[in-house]
Amino acid sequence: MLTKRIIPCLDIKDGRVVKGTSFTHLGDAGNPVDLANSYYKDGADELILLDITATSEKHEPLAGVIECIAREVFIPVTAGGGIYNTDSIRRVLMSGADKVSINTAAVLNPSLIKEGASKFGSQCIVVAIDVRRIDTNGEPRWEVYIHSGQRATGLDAIAWAKQAVDLGAGEILLTSMDADGHRLGYDNVLTRAISEAVTVPVIASGGAGTPEDMYRALMFGKADAVLAASIFHYGIHTVREIKLFLAEKGIPVRI
Amino acid sequence: MLKYHEGEVIAIVDYGAGNLRSVVNAIASLGYHPEVTCKPDEIAKAKAVILPGVGAAAETMKNLRAMGLDNLIRQLIRDGRPLLGVCIGLQVLFDVAEEGGWHKCLGIFPGRVRKFSLGLKIPHMGWNQVKQLHPHEVFTDIPDRANFYFVHSYYIESGDKSLCIGETEYGTPICSIIARENLIATQFHPEKSGEYGLKLYQNFLKLACSKQ
Repeated sequence: MLTKRIIPCLDIKDGRVVKGTSFTHLGDAGNPVDLANSYYKDGADELILLDITATSEKHEPLAGVIECIAREVFIPVTAGGGIYNTDSIRRVLMSGADKVSINTAAVLNPSLIKEGASKFGSQCIVVAIDVRRIDTNGEPRWEVYIHSGQRATGLDAIAWAKQAVDLGAGEILLTSMDADGHRLGYDNVLTRAISEAVTVPVIASGGAGTPEDMYRALMFGKADAVLAASIFHYGIHTVREIKLFLAEKGIPVRI
Repeated sequence: MLKYHEGEVIAIVDYGAGNLRSVVNAIASLGYHPEVTCKPDEIAKAKAVILPGVGAAAETMKNLRAMGLDNLIRQLIRDGRPLLGVCIGLQVLFDVAEEGGWHKCLGIFPGRVRKFSLGLKIPHMGWNQVKQLHPHEVFTDIPDRANFYFVHSYYIESGDKSLCIGETEYGTPICSIIARENLIATQFHPEKSGEYGLKLYQNFLKLACSKQ
């Protein structure tokens, strides 16, 4: 049976791992290569590296960091931040990443998803979607944000996720900006809405505080994978602890 | 530090599919000498050959043909050269692949490459168990039902059941590893499958390097 994936996320700024709350108030959380290695040894199923300064400052993700990590860590690595054309996708993949995460550039230029998927395969094109909840007439709705959460787009999250998959996205990385960094649980209504709307795996992100939160995102949010950052960086929970908890609750995990 | 296995070049066939770095890293971490190459003479000289795979079978076949590597691979397999196919490198060994029509593959084994049926999330992406159907040296020190990392939208369907030494459940049981003489091929990515994945590479390379 396919297991549910636990994915530590490393937000990288100026070569260091940082973590904030609702995309602001960034604090230092350590060296990316050391953290990646320790999560790998702890049983992480995948890693996601996001260069969070990249888009706003027009940098590309830290190829050197990816190269170092890929030499020591034998699990899939997704890298994102500042990817704006197929050449930058190629460079990131060549540095050792298995998948690229595209966010702002996918919204501004949706054909990049199609070009990327046809050149490198859907399996390596992850479309990252950052959303805020904007309920209308009591109905839950979510709006897509770009530029590290700084710009609203007017796009509906469900419609955009479907479009991204139609264009060739192989996976959706879904972040609730409202929940991000608060450690009060994922937005499971959002995750479920997206997961039921698309045919590709969905990674739930934003809000992990406890193993129970992850259980709920997988069980009620119907996520295929859960991403967390601060609970791992600050040693609140280990990957192994979470997996043991989930296994006891009957969720298939790799231990 | 692992001992460098001198002179034992492991050719990784580069047919333009992109990222071969993780295969290189896995082989290098085991102390072997990986050589990424598309040159037939270099591939022909190697102690063992890895046929990696990302993307699609039809595109891969097109590239292999354009580079004259299809006949070389057939020849190497006939000659008993140790060869490890990974993902698409497994799929192209069969007769035909379904991808908006049927595309001819290498035809080493009878069978076809089919798309997963609707209702499942596609690609089959993540860690899944490999149930060992037959004992094989490539499974040395790897427990039955160990998890390996998969990412694929197509699977192989073969009439030759004796080929398959391990299977994996995704909607239906699919063949996830085959073995025939010196040829091993996996649907999963051992280079992305942590310690057991590295173990599988090591078992294959050990087998390969023990052959004359």
